[in-house]
Amino acid sequence: MTDIQAQIDVLPGLDPGAQLLEVNDLHVEFRTRDGVSHAVNGANFRLEPGETLAILGESGCGKSVTAQAIMGILDSPPGYVTRGEVKYRGVDLLQLKEAERRKVRANRIAMIFQDALSALNPVFSVGFQLAELFRKHRGMSRQDAKKRSIELLDQVRIPAARERIGDYPHQFSGGMRQRVMIAMALALDPEILIADEPTTALDVTVQAQIMGLLAELQRERDMGLILITHDMGVVADVADRISVMYAGKVVEEAPVYDIYARPAHPYTKALLSSIPRLDMKGQQLSVIKGLPPALNAIPAGCAFHPRCAYARDQCRQDPPPPAYDVALGRTARCHFWREVIGDE
Amino acid sequence: MSDVVLETKGLVKHFPITQGIVFKTRVGAVRAVDGVDLQLRRGETLGVVGESGCGKSTLAKLLVGLEKPTAGSVQVRNEDMVRLRGGALRRARRHIQMVLQDPYTSLNPRMTVGDIIGEPFEIHPEVTPRKGREKAVQDLLDTVGLDPGHINRYPHQFSGGQRQRIGIARALALKPEIIVCDEPVSALDVSIQAQVINLLESLQDEFGLSYIFIAHDLSVVRHIADRVAVMYLGKVVETGNDEQIYEQPTHPYTQALLSAVPVPDPRLRGRRDQIVLEGDVPSPANPPSGCRFRTRCWKAEDICAEEEPLLQIRESSAHPSACHFARPRDVLHAS
Ligand SMILES: Nc1ncnc2c1ncn2[C@@H]1O[C@H](COP(=O)(O)OP(=O)(O)O)[C@@H](O)[C@H]1O
Ligand SMILES: Nc1ncnc2c1ncn2[C@@H]1O[C@H](COP(=O)(O)OP(=O)(O)O)[C@@H](O)[C@H]1O
Ligand code: SF4
Ligand SMILES: [Mg+2]
Ligand SMILES: [Mg+2]
Repeated sequence: MTDIQAQIDVLPGLDPGAQLLEVNDLHVEFRTRDGVSHAVNGANFRLEPGETLAILGESGCGKSVTAQAIMGILDSPPGYVTRGEVKYRGVDLLQLKEAERRKVRANRIAMIFQDALSALNPVFSVGFQLAELFRKHRGMSRQDAKKRSIELLDQVRIPAARERIGDYPHQFSGGMRQRVMIAMALALDPEILIADEPTTALDVTVQAQIMGLLAELQRERDMGLILITHDMGVVADVADRISVMYAGKVVEEAPVYDIYARPAHPYTKALLSSIPRLDMKGQQLSVIKGLPPALNAIPAGCAFHPRCAYARDQCRQDPPPPAYDVALGRTARCHFWREVIGDE
Repeated sequence: MSDVVLETKGLVKHFPITQGIVFKTRVGAVRAVDGVDLQLRRGETLGVVGESGCGKSTLAKLLVGLEKPTAGSVQVRNEDMVRLRGGALRRARRHIQMVLQDPYTSLNPRMTVGDIIGEPFEIHPEVTPRKGREKAVQDLLDTVGLDPGHINRYPHQFSGGQRQRIGIARALALKPEIIVCDEPVSALDVSIQAQVINLLESLQDEFGLSYIFIAHDLSVVRHIADRVAVMYLGKVVETGNDEQIYEQPTHPYTQALLSAVPVPDPRLRGRRDQIVLEGDVPSPANPPSGCRFRTRCWKAEDICAEEEPLLQIRESSAHPSACHFARPRDVLHAS
């Protein structure tokens, strides 16, 4: 087993002391018959071990594409990374050969999805799929692999794991399937887990179970977690930091307490006041007028300006706002962030 | 009580489970809706919440007559929809319309928006004479905040939120008193969701509509509903006004459901009462005896398996609750 571990560690340039994950100026575009869609237009973020970073945004803003680019599973063609770097412990993953990339994917960075059924193979039992991972990547014997698979299913709280390893994915309920997928993702002890809307299709009581499980596994393993979601309740419950995306850009990045207390970008602020609250009655829901832009026709200047309550000429005429430093570890892409943060 | 516009009594829908293809034999039934009593008053919004599979959509279809009940009655303006036939049924149906969840599949892609919204006039020609229809459809588009000039466009030319507005316009066409909304905003992004919720609220004020508002999102329901019915496995387990359901819930299922909803305020993290339910919802084909929630309930005792708790006001619950041990518990606020 140490042999194998050593083998994975042969990643040229790997520096165990470097930042766990760092995404700089990532650009992704889709070249389709209808023109070029600019799905990601300069995404930046960092992730530490044990940290939960939430990527928050409405559908189509580029969350999943960002995750796919980090994982190296972008649908290409038509999707291309056109600029930027994805640095894992100092190594730019975008420069790696596919074979090396695949090793990183299996061992270091794992991903789970909204739809577990499409992520699992329907024709093999879950026990077989798990055991294969251990046999292939860890060189385990059939018996050891089976034992380890049962342990893992136990860890993700599948009741009677020993009896269920012969079952096929469709024989599990939605919540249990999500657990199986988590087990698969964590089998090879990754340092980073990317969870793309992991509970969006689930009922709230099941969501609570799964989020609780993820938090616990993350703590035990000191794993970095990137949680992709549109749900501001879930984010408030689990995230350490948040990156808010709009039209392919991170428009605001901040620690979780700060962003809820004093949002610095008009989009974040508008989102927060457009959601009904469970613990309050009767507040007026403010509305963000209009729609997010088509990605092949992103407005010039600040992409949010047609919907923004703070917009003025500068927003339309100047180049897109840079990521202004709002505070230590806090940025916002709005020329008028001071005004946004100050007025209550 | 002339104030009540809709009332169900003992409403039941069982879907037979059959075996065999040529000679089908009935081997059981999915008890999707299993004895539901509801009342909706004029101008009121009754929220119906519960997790998937608890029977919300089946209930909605029973209310608008898209499904025939196995037992029970649906009274709309004091007429029993279940008994009515022919012209009388057609006329009664006018008063109760429906808005569906999925703005992508609930509109026929081959029909223009004008034809979709005007279709109800074909079935109820008495509402608007033929030559006034185009104008009526344009007015409806305007009412729901769409451009009346887009009458000849097709559904795919609209965004999700706009399609939901089209569905609302169609429901309004016959000037109903009641609209049953089955997860009308569940598929929409939050910024669009707020637009549609505000629209539904202003239409209610303008036309004096009564809503049955079905959703799994308890925050949305709190915002829009005057009263709430909580469903579990085909039954209503608790009903009450906003204050009663959200601030003083007495049924353990309601409490668990509320405690599982994340609140968008990180300061509440770890400071709210947390109830984590074990396991999954049992099959509605074979619900537990007595109280259907007992297999997941932390309060269950022998009586819960033996005796079905009725939905009623109790010594320790000022509003109807179907639990032998109903007792208020605050699960929303920091303790
Ligand atoms: N396979 C694809 N082909 C073409 N365009 C795509 C593809 N996948 C994603 N896109 C584009 O990228 C945009 C961002 O998508 P995505 O990252 O999935 O959004 P979300 O934030 O909802 O996860 C979409 O609006 C879509 O236009
Ligand atoms: N046409 C049908 N035939 C058989 N079973 C059905 C049918 N429609 C719904 N059911 C079952 O009835 C139960 C309630 O479903 P539904 O009313 O759709 O619940 P909800 O809307 O609360 O998710 C589910 O178990 C579902 O599988
Ligand atoms: S830069 Fe201007 S348009 Fe963009 S968010 Fe700020 S105020 Fe609004
Ligand atoms: Mg996505
Ligand atoms: Mg439903």
